[in-house]
Amino acid sequence: MFQIFGIGPLTWITFLPLLGMVLILLIPSGKDERSKDVSKSMFRWVTIIFTFLQLLLAIWIYANYNYHLAGINDPKGFQFVDKFKWIYLWGLPLLGNVRIDYFVGIDGISAPMVLLTAIVCFVASFSSFSVTKALKGYFAMYLLLDAGMMGVFVSLDFFLFYVFWELMLLPMYFLIGIWGGPRKEYAAIKFFLYTLFGSVFMLLVMIALFFAVGSFNMLDMMDPTKYNPNSILFGVDTTWRYIAFFALFVGFAIKIPSVPFHTWLPDAHVEAPTPISVILAGVLLKMGTYGLMRISWPMFPDAVKQFQWFIALVGVVSIVYGALCALGQHRVGKRDFKKLIAYSSVSHMGFVVLGMAALNTSGMEGAILQMFNHGTITSMLFMVVGVLYDRSHTRGLDDFGGMANKMPIYTGLMTISFMAAIGLPGLSGFVSEILVFLGSFQTYPTLTIIAATGIVLGAGYMLWTLQKVFFGNVPEKWAGPWDPTHKKYKTDDLNLVEFVALAPLALIIIYLGIQPNAMLGLMEKSVNHLIYFVNTGWWTMSAGL
Amino acid sequence: MIPIEQFLIELKKSIILFQPETALVVTFLVALIVDLIFLKSKNISGIILLIGFIVTGILLITAGNQNSVVFTKMLAVDPFSKFFKWVILISSFIVVLMSFLSKELYEKDRRLGEYFSLIAGMTFGMFLLAGASNLIMIYLAIETMSISSYILTGFTKEIKRSSEASLKYVIFGAVSSGLMLYGISILFGLTGSLNLYDINYAIAHGKAEMFPLLISGIMIIAGIGYKISAVPFHFWTPDVYEGAPVTITALLSVASKAAGFAILIRFIKVAFFDHTSPVAADTWKLLSTIDWKFIIAILSVLTMTFGNLVAVWQTNLKRLLAYSSIAHAGYMLMGVVVMTDAGVASILIYFVVYMFMNLGAFYVIMLFANKIGSEELDDYTGIGYRSPLLAVCMVIFLISLTGIPPTAGFIGKWYLFIAVINSNYIWLAVVGVLNSVVSLFYYAKVIRNMFLRGVDQEHEPLSFSPMSIVMLLLLVIPTLVLGIWYGPILYWANKSVGLFLGN
Repeated sequence: MFQIFGIGPLTWITFLPLLGMVLILLIPSGKDERSKDVSKSMFRWVTIIFTFLQLLLAIWIYANYNYHLAGINDPKGFQFVDKFKWIYLWGLPLLGNVRIDYFVGIDGISAPMVLLTAIVCFVASFSSFSVTKALKGYFAMYLLLDAGMMGVFVSLDFFLFYVFWELMLLPMYFLIGIWGGPRKEYAAIKFFLYTLFGSVFMLLVMIALFFAVGSFNMLDMMDPTKYNPNSILFGVDTTWRYIAFFALFVGFAIKIPSVPFHTWLPDAHVEAPTPISVILAGVLLKMGTYGLMRISWPMFPDAVKQFQWFIALVGVVSIVYGALCALGQHRVGKRDFKKLIAYSSVSHMGFVVLGMAALNTSGMEGAILQMFNHGTITSMLFMVVGVLYDRSHTRGLDDFGGMANKMPIYTGLMTISFMAAIGLPGLSGFVSEILVFLGSFQTYPTLTIIAATGIVLGAGYMLWTLQKVFFGNVPEKWAGPWDPTHKKYKTDDLNLVEFVALAPLALIIIYLGIQPNAMLGLMEKSVNHLIYFVNTGWWTMSAGL
Repeated sequence: MIPIEQFLIELKKSIILFQPETALVVTFLVALIVDLIFLKSKNISGIILLIGFIVTGILLITAGNQNSVVFTKMLAVDPFSKFFKWVILISSFIVVLMSFLSKELYEKDRRLGEYFSLIAGMTFGMFLLAGASNLIMIYLAIETMSISSYILTGFTKEIKRSSEASLKYVIFGAVSSGLMLYGISILFGLTGSLNLYDINYAIAHGKAEMFPLLISGIMIIAGIGYKISAVPFHFWTPDVYEGAPVTITALLSVASKAAGFAILIRFIKVAFFDHTSPVAADTWKLLSTIDWKFIIAILSVLTMTFGNLVAVWQTNLKRLLAYSSIAHAGYMLMGVVVMTDAGVASILIYFVVYMFMNLGAFYVIMLFANKIGSEELDDYTGIGYRSPLLAVCMVIFLISLTGIPPTAGFIGKWYLFIAVINSNYIWLAVVGVLNSVVSLFYYAKVIRNMFLRGVDQEHEPLSFSPMSIVMLLLLVIPTLVLGIWYGPILYWANKSVGLFLGN
C-alpha cells in the first residue's frame, strides 16, 4: 500500500487540510494595502492547493480501490486501513481495559463519500472567491471543517468518529456566524444547538455500546456475540435496544435533516455564504445518512426491522413536505431562491432515507448513489444561486427574468443542474431515484406511490423557478449597462473562476447519468453484504447465543 | 489511652507525613514577615509564595504513596487527598502568577503582602480539608479556608461591590458553619465520637437511630454544599464571584470547590458506607432506610439545571462564569451519586480538566479587564478582532467548558457520563447531556460577541506583554492536549481513588 512516512492515504486525506490550516495561520495578514492583497491571495491559493491535493488523493484511492472487498463488519474487508494505538490502559477499576484506536479505513459505503467530500471541498474553494472579509479566519475554518468531515467518513472507531463529528461544529458556527447574511447569529446558534442536541444522545449510546463490548471499535459493536450479557444492550428486540436506536436515529435525523428536525436547515442555508451552503448541502447532510448506514443499521438490525415502516414513513414525509415547502416559496413570503433549494434538499434527502428503509440491495444502492448525486447536484444549485447573488445582491425569485439572453453559458450549466434535480433520464439524479423507487416499491408499494408525488412537485418548483429566472423579460433594473452609482446590476456571464467551479460538477452529473456503474460498482459488494448482514447475518450470529 | 511512648512515636511519624502542610505554614509566616521587612517591594511575598509552593510540591512528590492516618486519626494521608492537594497547589500557584499580572490589584497602592500571605493561609486550609477525617478537623479546616477567603474577597475594599460581596460571604458562611456545627453535635451525640472511622463503626453496629442521623447528615452536607455552591446553598456565589478580584474568583471557583468535593466524598464514604460488605455496589446499604443516592441525585439535577438556566440571562462575564461554575458543581455531583471507584475517579479527572479551563477563562477575562476595564458582555463586542490570540484561547476554554471534543472538557464530562451510565442512572445522564446543550447557548453568547458582532468596526488592537501570553499558553495547551491524549490523567486518577478507610 502507498504510504508516506508510514502513514496511509486516508490519514493524509484527513489531515492534509489541517496542515493547510496551520500554514494559513502562519502567513501574516500584512500591514499595508499591497501586502494585504498578497496575503489574501495566498490564503486563497493555499486552500485551493490543499483541497486539490486532497482531490488527487481521493482520485488515487478511487483508482486503486479493490472492488472485491465488502467491509461493513469484516475487518479484512476494509481498505487503506490505518490503525494505531491511541489510548491503552489496563486494569482500571470498572472500566477494566480502555482501548481506543486511531482506526480508519473505507469500504463501499464510505468510498463514494470520501470522493464526494474531496470534490465538493475543491469546487467550493473556488466559489470562496466571492468572500472578501477576514480571509485568514475564513480559510482556516474552511480547512478545519474539511478535515472534520473527511474524518467522519473514514473513522472506524466510534470515539474517533464522535470527535470528528463534533470537530466540524465550531468551524461551521463561525462560517455561518461571521460570513453570513443578516440573520447570521440566529442561524448559526440554531445550527449549533440542534446538532449538539442530537449528538449528545449519540454520546450516551456510544457509552452504552462501549460497556456492552468493551471497546470503541465499530466492527466489534456490530458483532452480537461480543456483547456482555450483563449489558443493557445485550439481546434481541429489547426495550433498551429500541431506546438506544431511537436516540441514535434522532441524532442522525437532525443532521440529514428529516422532518420534523429540519427547521435549522433553511435558516442555515439562507444565511450562510455560498461556498458554505455548498458544503452544508453537499457533504454535511450526508453525514446523517452515512451515520445511519455505518452505525444504526448494522448495530441495531432488530430495531431497524421493527421500525422499518416508520423509518420509511419519515423518509416519505420528508420527500413530500420538503417538496411542498419548496413549492410554497413560489406562493408566499419573500420568495427566496436559496430557501427553495434548501427545502428541495430536505425532499431529496428523504429519498435516501426511503431507500435505506427498504432494506434491499437496489434501495440501498439507490440511497448511496442519491447521496453522491445530491451532493453534486445541490452543490451546483447553490453555486448557481451564488453567482446570481454576487451580481445582484438579492435572492428574490421575482427580481430576475430573461437571464437566458444575458448569460447564456450560465443558463446552460444551470439547466443541467435543474434537470438533474428533477430527475431527467440521462442525468445522474434519475438513476438514483429510480433505484430507490425500485427498492422501496418491493417493500412498501403504497408509501412509494405517495413518495412519487415528490417527483412531480419537484418538477413543478424547479421548472417554475427556471421559467421565472431565465425566461420572460428582463426586469427594468437589469436592463442597460452596469452602473455602480445607480444601482444597476452587472449581468455579465460566468467568469473563469465560476466556470471552473461549475463545469466539473456538470461533467460528473452527465457522466453518472450515462455510466452509473462508475459509482455503483464501487459500492456493490459492500451494499450486498450490508443487506445480507442486516437481514440474515446478524440474526444468525445472535441466534447462536 | 495510649501510653506516652507510643504517642511520641506516632507523633514523630505524623510530623514526617505532615511535611507539605508544614511547608505551607512556613511559607505563610515567611511571607508575612518578609513583607514587613521589605515594605517597598510589592512582589516579594508573592515570590516567597511561589518558592514555598514549589517546595511543597517537591515534598508531596518525595512523600510517596502513603495510605494512613496521622495525629490520632485527625488527618488521612492517602492517594485521594494527595490528588486533591495537587489540584489545590497547582491552581493556587497559577492564581499567584495571575495576580502578578492583574491591574486591579496593583493600582491604588495596595499592600499586597497580606493578599499573598492570605492565599498561602487559604491553601493551607484547603490542604487540611483534603485529608480531614475528624469532624472537628473538618470544621477547623473549613474555617481556616473560609476566613482567609472572606478577607480576600473584600481585598479591593474601596470598590463597593467587593466589600459588599465580602460581607455577604461572611454572613452566609456564618449561617452555614452554624448549621454544620449543629449537625456535627447531633452526630457526636448519636455515635459518641468525632472520628469518622468510629462513627462508621457505630452506625454499622446499629448504635444510631436513623432519623437524627438523617438530620445531622443533611446539615453537614448543607455546610459542605455551601462550599461547593450546590443549589440550594448557592446564593452567595454570584455576588461573591462578581465582587471579588478576578484572581480570587478563580481560586474560589477551582481550589475551594476541589477541597469541598474532597471532604464531601470522604465524609460520605468513610462515615456512611458499609466497608465490610463484599459487594462493592452495596456500599450504601448501611443507610438503607434513607435513599441518600436519590437525595444527592436531586441535588445534582437542581444544581446543574439552575446554574445553566440562570447563566443564560447574565450579562456580566464574571457572573456568567459564577453560574456556570454552579452548573459544573452539579455535573460533578453526578459522580458523587455514583460513588463507585469509577465515579470518584471521574470527579478527579473532571477537576484536573476544570482547573485548566476555568482558570483559563478567568485569566482571559482578567487580561481583557486590564485593558478595557470592564467585564460586561457588551464591551466584548468585536474584541476577537482586537486581540485574536486571546479571543481564540477564550473560545477554546469556553468550548471546553461546554464539553465539545477535541478539548479536555469533553474528556471530563465523558468520564462522568461513563460512570453514571455504568451505574444505570440513565435518567441522570440524560439530564446531564441536556444541560450541556443548554450551557452551549450562553458560552456561545460570549463567542458571538467576540467574533460575530462588530466585524466591520474599526479595530484598535490590544497588545499584551509576552509574559502574559506565555502564561496563557500554559493554560491553553493542556486544555487542548488533554482532549486528545488523556491516558496519563486517566491512569493517575484511577490510581488515586484509594481512600484510607480505617482498619
